[in-house]
Amino acid sequence: MEISLRHPLGRVMRLLAVLGGLAALLPAAAAGAGTVRIVHLEIDGDPRYEETRLARRALAQPLGRPHAGAEVAIREAQFVGKAVGVDFTLERVTGADAKPLIAAVERLHGQGVRYFLVDAPAAVVAELARAVRSRDLLLFNVSAADDALRQTQCQPNLLHTLPNHAMTADALVQYLVSRKWRSVLMLEGPLPDDHLIAEAFERSAKRFGVKIVEKKPFVLSNDPRQRDQGNVALLTAGSDHDVVFVADSDGEFARSVPYRTVRPRPVAGADGLVAVAWHWAWERNGAPQLNSRMEKQAGRRMADSDWAAWIAVKSVVESVVRTQNADFPAVVKYLKEGDVTIDGFKGNRLGFRPWDNQLRQPILLATHNAVFERAPIDGFLHPTNNMDTLGFDRRDSSCAL
Amino acid sequence: MTRTKMTTAAFVLALAAGAAGAKDTGYVFVSSENDNAVTVLDGKTWRVVKTIPTGHRPRDMRLSPDRMLLYVVSSKNNRVDVIDIAHLKVTRSIPVGEDPEMFDLSADGKRLYVSNEEGAQLSVIDVASSKAVARVEVGEEPEGVRVSPDGKRVYVTSEVANMVHVVDTATNNIVANVIVGNRPRRFAITPDGSEVWVSNEMGARVSIIDAGRNAVKGNVDFKPKGFRPDDVTPVGITMTRDGKTAYVTLGRANHVAVVDVASREVQDYLLVGKRAWGVALNRDESQLYVVNGLSDDLSIIDTRSRKVLRSVHVGRVPHSVVIDD
Repeated sequence: MEISLRHPLGRVMRLLAVLGGLAALLPAAAAGAGTVRIVHLEIDGDPRYEETRLARRALAQPLGRPHAGAEVAIREAQFVGKAVGVDFTLERVTGADAKPLIAAVERLHGQGVRYFLVDAPAAVVAELARAVRSRDLLLFNVSAADDALRQTQCQPNLLHTLPNHAMTADALVQYLVSRKWRSVLMLEGPLPDDHLIAEAFERSAKRFGVKIVEKKPFVLSNDPRQRDQGNVALLTAGSDHDVVFVADSDGEFARSVPYRTVRPRPVAGADGLVAVAWHWAWERNGAPQLNSRMEKQAGRRMADSDWAAWIAVKSVVESVVRTQNADFPAVVKYLKEGDVTIDGFKGNRLGFRPWDNQLRQPILLATHNAVFERAPIDGFLHPTNNMDTLGFDRRDSSCAL
Repeated sequence: MTRTKMTTAAFVLALAAGAAGAKDTGYVFVSSENDNAVTVLDGKTWRVVKTIPTGHRPRDMRLSPDRMLLYVVSSKNNRVDVIDIAHLKVTRSIPVGEDPEMFDLSADGKRLYVSNEEGAQLSVIDVASSKAVARVEVGEEPEGVRVSPDGKRVYVTSEVANMVHVVDTATNNIVANVIVGNRPRRFAITPDGSEVWVSNEMGARVSIIDAGRNAVKGNVDFKPKGFRPDDVTPVGITMTRDGKTAYVTLGRANHVAVVDVASREVQDYLLVGKRAWGVALNRDESQLYVVNGLSDDLSIIDTRSRKVLRSVHVGRVPHSVVIDD
């Protein structure tokens, strides 16, 4: 039976899944098999990838579905896979909301699949993660930056490769401090996600000693009755400040802020200078080669969630290869506790924080066509790892794994 | 008028001397990625003698076996430029495939083995005809290339697959894939060919491959004082001819490690410039030259006293150094 499982895996697996009763036998058998299946889950009609929104090519916004990043990583893995006798495969499952995705994860888990990439908004990630909490599998959150997923909603089998809001806010604030730009006017949008970004920025400002001199709500509107909230000149005419920070999860308003401020002040947050996981203009640490593989694969540039999906697959591959395709618990142990070295093409070796399963990583500070700095910024020190000056350090964590 | 004549005379004399003494010129050659040029320094005064324009993004360099020619890879032009050392100019270019970075030359000088970073290939090029003899598919982002002392094997790293590919030079087939540390970059081989040392940029480590078994048999870890492992990024590596001492440049850690090959112990860490990568010994091994990519300079070290003698400004983002003394 074990031998018959090796090839052709997909068909046999499907057949066995139909047989149902046999599914329970599969996990043990699959561990020794020569195929490691990685499944990418996504939401049909996810508003974040809506066409007009992608067409704006806003900073800190996706440029397409992150599945393309996972495909790049799978291609990279083929050679090393062959050399160690493992075939890494990528499958794609699309569902309308959390329910069909939960059903798919349960079905695939029954077939021996252990690695899932989740490309979904935070609410779906949380619901899915809760539903499969007790399963021996790994979910990699690749596109939800919400802090709560790393804090109160954290769980042992949920890993995050995308930096969360607290990490990007800390990176930006470290940069502001390094420039001695210490007073900020904050413009906050009406969406719940705008509020989460604003909260993360306020936390960082307090942490690193930046003063928010004024906080104003904005709306996307030409209605004269809402002039005070829709007009950048009116919004920026109050107390003096060094920088304008725009908390805008959507990015449409933010792009109209630079050059419309009353005072000549730099804009940061969702436009101007942004803190990102990846940027196509990053040119060190092998980045040009990765960018060119992405462009060949997807016909477009790589953005944050593409990078997060790419590094999630790389994390699985690295752990499977280094443990010589050991059984699942040994791979997880290596990935989460071992001396794992994940190469994110950002110069540092990356690994998951044991207290909340967030991938620690440098953050890039970028404009539309250049990377200015890589955080942690020089001088922001940490007793063990300077990357832990970004986001939730162990003592800031309310996650109990 | 007189002055012009004298200068001309001096120039002609210098040229004649140069042509006659094309061997052992004493020149130090440094390729600079962002200047599209090779800087030529006098080996005694370390003054710039000439800047030779090359193709775009010049990187790795090798001397021909007779030391009359210098081969320089031009990454952006997908070629290797050949510099005539007697005349200090590019006389010929050899197409070598997409985005070449590092290469090696067979001992007889007839074949070039070139890593094509974007194409994930090792190109085997016949120097005389400028034609590709073979293209060997390797892991993504191949980098370091080194021919074994007996010429039977060529070793190639893949930065993404974390592997060293062992290629048989007779068949141009891969005979083994060895998983090493993370982001493997470059090689040094012991004179008897038994140990292949490979630098791992991530992981602050050199992996030592047993060439007989094609398996890792040991490591050297680098822990210079005051640096965290993250900041120790070994890239360049060279070994003395007797195979007793290895020198490893530590990238972001701005040091060169001196390693006793037999005991695998690090004997010393020498402070150089920013992002030290390329490294080479002069012929009598009394001096070690290190290029610092982010401080645009060259550190010259006295190997006996292990002191840095001088730092010399060279071009923008210097990559490799070759000494023709």
